[in-house]
Amino acid sequence: MDKGHASRHGVSPRLWLAGGWLLLALLAAIFAPLVAPQDPLAQDLMLERLPPFWLDGAEPGYWLGTDSLGRDLLSRLIFGGRIAFIVAFAAAIAACLVGSTLGLIAGYFGGWADRIISRVVDVWMAFPPVLFAILLVAVLGTGLSSVILAIAIIDWTRFCRVIRAEAMGQSRMDYVENARIAGYGRIGIMLREVLPNVVPSIVALLSLEMGIAVIVEAILSFVNLSISTDDPTWGSIIAEGRLSIHQAWWVLVFPLITLILTVLSFSQFGEALKARFDPVLR
Amino acid sequence: MLLQRFLIRLLTMLITLFGVAVVVFVVIRVAPGDPIAMMLPPGATDADIARLRALYGLDKTIVQQFFIWLSGVVRGDFGTSISLRQDVLGLVFNRLPATLELAIVALVMAVLLGGTTAILGARERGTAVEAGIDIASGAALSIPDFLWGLVLILLFGVLVPIFDISGRVSPQLDLPFVTQFYFFESLLRLRLDLTWDLLKHMLMPAVALALPLAAIISQLLKQSLKEVLDLDYVVLARVKGFSETQVILREALKNAALPTLTLVGVQFTFLIGGTVIVERLFSYEGLGNMAIDAVINRDLPLIQGIVLVFALLFVLINLAVDMMYALLNPRLRHG
Repeated sequence: MDKGHASRHGVSPRLWLAGGWLLLALLAAIFAPLVAPQDPLAQDLMLERLPPFWLDGAEPGYWLGTDSLGRDLLSRLIFGGRIAFIVAFAAAIAACLVGSTLGLIAGYFGGWADRIISRVVDVWMAFPPVLFAILLVAVLGTGLSSVILAIAIIDWTRFCRVIRAEAMGQSRMDYVENARIAGYGRIGIMLREVLPNVVPSIVALLSLEMGIAVIVEAILSFVNLSISTDDPTWGSIIAEGRLSIHQAWWVLVFPLITLILTVLSFSQFGEALKARFDPVLR
Repeated sequence: MLLQRFLIRLLTMLITLFGVAVVVFVVIRVAPGDPIAMMLPPGATDADIARLRALYGLDKTIVQQFFIWLSGVVRGDFGTSISLRQDVLGLVFNRLPATLELAIVALVMAVLLGGTTAILGARERGTAVEAGIDIASGAALSIPDFLWGLVLILLFGVLVPIFDISGRVSPQLDLPFVTQFYFFESLLRLRLDLTWDLLKHMLMPAVALALPLAAIISQLLKQSLKEVLDLDYVVLARVKGFSETQVILREALKNAALPTLTLVGVQFTFLIGGTVIVERLFSYEGLGNMAIDAVINRDLPLIQGIVLVFALLFVLINLAVDMMYALLNPRLRHG
């Protein structure tokens, strides 16, 4: 894919912006102890509700201001990014592995395997996802692994439905028939012939799912059901911001901007990857 | 043909609901934490606990409990809420109308907004207007309802405080309603003062729910319209002297709407699922808000009841859309 082609689709600049933001946020999260200007947990009632740097009454070193307990907002956002990215990667990959495997089996083998898997997907689709997530975390107990597990348990159907349909389409193609005539086994064909052709969809979905996982984690911490209450997460900062919205709007505005940029970047990335892999669009 | 299709769908629907019942029952029985212990004051004796466990049927095996519960559900008895000590079905029916109103208002908004932008985009295809609509719908789609809700709270609750950001209705108002459908009833009774108050509370959560769906409708309908607009009969209408807007509204729309309709059905269930967190965000007293409280209080009978009612709603919507599609699609109607 040459450069001119990419910009004709309007993919490239947006992809750069999206990738740039994700890289920046990821690096800040990884090196949080080095880049965060303050201790994210340190409370100081003398410093409560400091405004961001360009407003009167701001303190140097507290760039985005502080919350109602005097904790530095920027440092909390940077440390919150750690939880967000861990959940995004772990939950999306887990959901992807389960969902893609089942989708591939249902789509390629059809018959009973397809009927059973599709019935399970129907049942899953009849749950309100947010309520299901809250219920699962309440049952599994709060904590990072519970959040990851809950998101994977709920969102594998996203992968399953798309990959099932794609694998079904692929398995009707001539090349699959040729492979069968050439004497390859069914599982061999599935893994060697069908799987590589659905990988673009899997990768695009994976990127979208990372954005979704970040949101679900934020929702769970918003209702106070994510990880332990001490460590900052984007959702818990939003929950604080929602409470003190009339006294300190910045406590809500900055985590909200962070979340929106992250989610938009993941979805842009997903779209762009899909376009790049898709032989028809290329 | 139609009847057969309907019966098959009905059967799958029942299987799905049974599956939901099994899953939710299994999930919450594995929950650590004893709801009975939470109900009793400290210092309750073991005998007290055992008596209460027997009262709620928690002393039987999980399979027994499931079938006792299911046989109750079939008779319309969803049990008693542990935290609120009231009949679950009564509680659910008390809150469901608030959620339905919110979801329906959001759906109407999404259809109007998505439909208008789709028609506008199709009419102005290839221009900057269409490009603008594409960018706006792309953003509306990528940002989920939870974040839209927060954006709206900041814009119209704090920056320009014109709408209420919490509750369903101003608490000081006298409500003459006999149903729980406050909004619809206020419209029917022409109590427009109350309608306005309800709308001021409902508008922002409804917009938050509507935006992603509006974007999907806009994108899909515009795509279908653009395809239809190149067909012969539409070209003929244009030759006859109809304006482009007339061509779209009179000729193209009814043929382009079918794929969108199917999608709107599925997406409407997503919208209803979204009410859970959006109601929480706006402290709107609906079913979703009650559901989160039920989970936090480990109120097993109430959780089961609410999840099952949501699931019933989802499968009924899918069934309705499927039937509507079959009725409207000539190929299926005569097939």
